[in-house]
Amino acid sequence: MKSLTHLERLEAESIHIMREVAAEAEKPVMLYSVGKDSAAMLHVARKAFYPSPPPFPLLHVDTTWKFQSMYALRERAAREAGMELLVYQNPEAKARGINPFDHGSLHTDMWKTEGLKQALEKYGFDAAFGGARRDEEKSRAKERIFSFRSANHRWDPKNQRPELWRLYNTRKNQGESIRVFPMSNWTELDIWQYIHVEGIEIVPLYFSAPRPTVERDGLLLMVDDERFRFRDGEQVEERWIRFRTLGCYPLTGAVESRADTLPAIIQEMLLTTTSERQGRAIDHDQSASMEKKKQEGYF
Amino acid sequence: MSAPTEPVYRTEALIAEDIDAYLEQHQHKTMLRFITCGSVDDGKSTLIGRLLYDSKMIFEDQLASLEADSKRVGTQGEAIDFALLVDGLAAEREQGITIDVAYRFFATEARKFIVADTPGHEQYTRNMVTGASTAELAVILIDARKGILTQTRRHSYLAKLVGIRHVLLAINKMDLVDYQQSVFDKIVADYRAFAQQIGIKDFVAVPVSGLMGDNIIALSEATPWYQGPTLLHHLETVELDEQASAAKPLRMPVQWVNRPNLDFRGFSGQIVSGTVRPGDAVKVQPGAQGSTIARVVTLDGDLEAAHAGQSVTLTLSDEIDCSRGQVIAAAEHPVEVADQFEAALVWMAEEPMLPGRAYLMKIGTNLLTATITSQKYQININSLAHEPGKTLELNGIGVCNIATDRAIPFEAYEQTPDLGGFILIDRFTHHTIGAGMIHFALRRSHNLPWQHIEVDRAAHAAMKQQQPRLLWLTGLPAAGKSTIANLVEKKLHALGRHTFLLDGRNVRHGLSQDLGFTKADRVENIRRVGAVARLMTDAGLIVICAFISPFRSEREQVRQLMPEGEFIEVFIDTPLAVAETRDPEGLYQRARAGELKNLTGFDSPYEPPEHPELHIDTTALSAEEAADQIVARCLN
Repeated sequence: MKSLTHLERLEAESIHIMREVAAEAEKPVMLYSVGKDSAAMLHVARKAFYPSPPPFPLLHVDTTWKFQSMYALRERAAREAGMELLVYQNPEAKARGINPFDHGSLHTDMWKTEGLKQALEKYGFDAAFGGARRDEEKSRAKERIFSFRSANHRWDPKNQRPELWRLYNTRKNQGESIRVFPMSNWTELDIWQYIHVEGIEIVPLYFSAPRPTVERDGLLLMVDDERFRFRDGEQVEERWIRFRTLGCYPLTGAVESRADTLPAIIQEMLLTTTSERQGRAIDHDQSASMEKKKQEGYF
Repeated sequence: MSAPTEPVYRTEALIAEDIDAYLEQHQHKTMLRFITCGSVDDGKSTLIGRLLYDSKMIFEDQLASLEADSKRVGTQGEAIDFALLVDGLAAEREQGITIDVAYRFFATEARKFIVADTPGHEQYTRNMVTGASTAELAVILIDARKGILTQTRRHSYLAKLVGIRHVLLAINKMDLVDYQQSVFDKIVADYRAFAQQIGIKDFVAVPVSGLMGDNIIALSEATPWYQGPTLLHHLETVELDEQASAAKPLRMPVQWVNRPNLDFRGFSGQIVSGTVRPGDAVKVQPGAQGSTIARVVTLDGDLEAAHAGQSVTLTLSDEIDCSRGQVIAAAEHPVEVADQFEAALVWMAEEPMLPGRAYLMKIGTNLLTATITSQKYQININSLAHEPGKTLELNGIGVCNIATDRAIPFEAYEQTPDLGGFILIDRFTHHTIGAGMIHFALRRSHNLPWQHIEVDRAAHAAMKQQQPRLLWLTGLPAAGKSTIANLVEKKLHALGRHTFLLDGRNVRHGLSQDLGFTKADRVENIRRVGAVARLMTDAGLIVICAFISPFRSEREQVRQLMPEGEFIEVFIDTPLAVAETRDPEGLYQRARAGELKNLTGFDSPYEPPEHPELHIDTTALSAEEAADQIVARCLN
């Protein structure tokens, strides 16, 4: 017998995790951010439950500041998977006009961290799948696949349950909820390779094209819509760029690249020398910032 | 022996020149999960850091923060401290120790590796067992200057306990012993003698230096006397568990029943051993029903065969009952089904293991109630001696008999870890508090069916013209339980009811005369009383129990024994200060004087009921009034 490849094993493990949640959780949901990790996770979910559609909805915690082409793919991906798509926008952030230009980290706190808490409470979801991977960042390396959040959504890294074999303890206390990371053991390269092998549709922004850009504070930003606010002296310049991760467009740095096919992207990734989180403004403050954010309830 | 080919992390040239060819090659990688055992002093973090660094899993921005951190908290002066790469959480980085299990990733051109990294200090057993449970190989680090230490024996024993088939002995810091062959040979000989003693049949030993990189990727010129595999070469070529388990009979625990419409009924799960093909005869267990495999369904189309490790959906050619918790097994080699087992148990919680207490058990896709009926012995992790002991503390390891509330499909852990490994979950905190590995089913489990009795409990109750009840009075010592219980029985007796009173003090003279007042003995005492009370209600009686019964868990367990509605928990609520003034036996006085240990409410905990059927506040009611309320509730 031929051995399973590493991708086959990773996929089988992720499927197993998703089925455990479907069988044991009361009201699961899959967080869907429209990025490549979400795309791979959604694809695995379709495989896990085929010929049934995945027995839970997709939830997009929206900030209203994502790239336009992300919104375009969002609806189509949900439809093709036969799943309900829920979109949640924090009403308070909306009313106060919170945006990445004026409000700095408050933007992420209110739209994403608060928005996620509100959405989970509104619908009463007790288990939420997320596409986070352990290789993304050091504090993730120690997070469990089933990660418990207290009633106020805090993560306690000192009080995690041991996770043995393929036996996941899904029992929770009143008010607790679970974040489940079925893709924990995948690396960035695995995700790209899987997207390539399986032919999964991803947002075109991952592929290089000439796009309108502005260079600011060492990040290469894309002018995605008319809400972009220019600083004095800033000029739009067309550059060949692509994105390694996608988030709110005014906070997401692009890389200059000519890679316009998946193999070319993977080639660049393998020969690159910086990690993918580098393009995210959120991590720059301090090396333990992600751990702090998570304790406060960031996904 | 000829020099083995050198493993290659990454063919940069091929990536640059022909990415499609590279991807094609990359798609055929396999995957190995391993665990590293050793302490920071053994250079474990340095070794893992080096594997990550050499495989280019570290990017420039991470390297920049690593260089900054190295200068700030590193232990290597101006040089890069690889150990900092693998220390994750802020708190532990400050303390200079890792405190939990962390998973790292790297790859060569042949394999992807997932490394479970566990710290080498207290909490060790729990963390290592957790990390080892998903590992196929253990790298055991030895400091060449120190040789085999107690912790080496501990690591090796745990690796064996969890059933890891491959052991790689990395004899590290060879640079500090001038790469002497004699040092290496002596350690290998010592280890071989020990390994045989604990049943490790085979191991591979490699002389390395994590700091200098000797024999990690390439054979080192510093050790011309060593011609075996390098560390990485062995990791790349060792046989994977799934290859061994594919040759065994088919077992697939059913996770989820797949019913998109009335025409399709599939059973989804991960194959844990064997191979499945359409047409194969199978049995669905527990149960006697057999069928044959109709289809192996996946989104990519039906498969002609699927093997151990794959997650699939099976359909059967017959309409038979099959649901989550059952196992689809090869018809000619079915699994065993039983409800009592001998198992090794590793305890993972501060709260000790208590025989007789009911825990939740997850095994395969089954979640059920289990109790440890007795512990045969515990294992001293340092001397490996068997020692007597009724309970297990955090990080304790024991061999126990375990009973489950229903029969489950299983196999010995050694044979099929996915059907013999289990976790225990606390029913109140819901934490994972123990992990176990089934050795075998106890014979009595197979041979003891229930005897059908024709004059049943309904007949007994009808004869007495009453509803059986179990009135359970719980509260602190000297709360007034016995006084009230006596009054209740007198009142019921006067009304012509058939009753019996079991009193906490009286059972200590007979039924529980061999028990003391430790936590474990209290749990066993209540278990016995609960079983007796249940038999008495089967006889149609109204049973009154007056017991401190300090733990929610055991009271809940007695409740579970009884038919719905028959258990009436009565909380005799007397504040400690009031109970102390009553104290007819002078218990509190003696406890204060230090003459009495383990007095509930004083130096032993009491867990008040959260939702009792009756809450009696003895500071507001007289004993007579309390008894009237209880009688009214009983006859209600």
